Amino acid sequence: MWNRELETISRKDLEALQTKKLKTAMEAAAKTTYYSGVFRENGIDPAKITTLDHLKDLPFATKNDLRLSYPDGMVAVPRSEIVRMHASSGTTGKSTVIFYTMNDINAWADLLARSMVATGTTRDDVFQNMMGYGLFTGGLGLHYGAERLGCMVIPSASGNSIRQIQLMQDFGTTVIHITPSYALHLVEEIRNRGIDPRGLKVKKAYLGAEPYSEATRDKIQDQWDMEAYNSYGLSELNGPGVAFDCAHRCGMHLWEDCYYMEVINPETGERLPEGEEGELVLTHLNREAMPMLRYRTRDLTRVIPEPCKCGRTHRRIERIKGRTDDMFIIGGVNVFPSQIETVLMDVPEVGNNYQIVLEREGGLDRIHIKVELRSEMFQGDLRDLDRLKKRIVEQLRSLIVVTARIELLEPGSLPPSTGKAVRVVDNRKI
Amino acid sequence: MPYQVSVFAENRPGKIERITRVLAEKKINIRAITISDSGDYGIIKLLLDRPEDGCECLKSEGFAASLKEVAAVRLVDRPGGLHGVSRLLCESGVNVEDAYGFMLKSHEDAIFVFQVDNVERVEKILQENGIPIVRENELYLM
Repeated sequence: MWNRELETISRKDLEALQTKKLKTAMEAAAKTTYYSGVFRENGIDPAKITTLDHLKDLPFATKNDLRLSYPDGMVAVPRSEIVRMHASSGTTGKSTVIFYTMNDINAWADLLARSMVATGTTRDDVFQNMMGYGLFTGGLGLHYGAERLGCMVIPSASGNSIRQIQLMQDFGTTVIHITPSYALHLVEEIRNRGIDPRGLKVKKAYLGAEPYSEATRDKIQDQWDMEAYNSYGLSELNGPGVAFDCAHRCGMHLWEDCYYMEVINPETGERLPEGEEGELVLTHLNREAMPMLRYRTRDLTRVIPEPCKCGRTHRRIERIKGRTDDMFIIGGVNVFPSQIETVLMDVPEVGNNYQIVLEREGGLDRIHIKVELRSEMFQGDLRDLDRLKKRIVEQLRSLIVVTARIELLEPGSLPPSTGKAVRVVDNRKI
Repeated sequence: MPYQVSVFAENRPGKIERITRVLAEKKINIRAITISDSGDYGIIKLLLDRPEDGCECLKSEGFAASLKEVAAVRLVDRPGGLHGVSRLLCESGVNVEDAYGFMLKSHEDAIFVFQVDNVERVEKILQENGIPIVRENELYLM
């Protein structure tokens, strides 16, 4: 373990530590324009928030609050203390900016080194970081963590598959950091070049930045012949390294010495009992530059209360099921893209890439799913294709109740994914 | 047994153009072409002088293509020529999934190509009844 004492701390001591850190976090928050306003408007005396339970009196912070306090309404330190900023990818709207002091950067790198060690990575590993560098937190976050641990880092960033493959071969990459959609695309590129991906030295992948299904993880593991670890984080709370799979890969340990978690009902905002599925709400317990209290992540998950075999006492969360804002409603039914993905990944005749298009025809919602036929699986029979379409439609209907229209496309006709994939196109006019 | 090349194609302009361009560049000759259509997409069936090469180069251009066994017979080009064959197949309970024909240069004979479940069995039935089946080498070079 990277820090055995902290990672195996007793629940009681962990709670005491969190409570102690909460005091500092409240003090820092009081220095910001945003939180001082929140405290004043809600008649909250931050000095009286002394237990974790008191936190529930605080209103939630949302992405919109971050936007409204742009550029520095949430900053608690003078500009001279700030050493870096990142900005979110703006997946669901305008981008938001996050600031870091040197201590914040160090603490963050430490959490990532801890996460990587939990997966079994050592300083002898060669780590190829295929995430976007720059404003996005994914690239630099893991980069600093891997350096802290002592790996050799190949900062290849995303895209340029030919160069990625060359680097993997020439430097014997053992661990990669990649989005799930790019992992599926890259493995095809590798095979297209007549290289057997199973012959590469890559034995581990950290998958993050997009929600994806367990079936996709299985497919990635199988096609690459490696182990895939879930990585969870969001830029508003540093970036990656909030929660990470350990070697047992049965849920991600959320580093509770730095993050206090709550799971709420996304509609009512009520705190849910431990183990129930809902929206994850996080409080950052030791950030200097930008305190963040009760931030609504929009990510849906549940806490796994049982202790993990690895011995770490920090509770695990389940893979992110989806986002409360990427869910779409079709004909009155709530659907997550990850549910559709689960079905598609189990169909060997279709490729790794897909797109969901929502349309409104004559007042009715229609869902079209574009999939690519897999060249190897094509037998030359038209009836097989019609049967394949029917099979996908049936499987989807049993899972999400709606009848989808499946469009079979030629291999390679959907735009390849090199970063965050655009999986859902909503053409419905409200 | 002869093979045809089946290519999956979306029903959009330019598909046949791309397929025929790939084949032309490799100097592969198309003996016959037919399309089975199913609305949004279809299968383009090609009888080529070098089916293995043709299939490979289409695949390497990103097409979903596969080789499929077919049966072929030579017929005299006159009324009732095809009926003899179809009657025999009918009496033997053979279901023809798809078929197409083309004339030979001599204008005396025609070739009838058809897709069935069990090509070997069908070839045997035809031979036993004196209908000349066309072997792969012969077919590709006609």
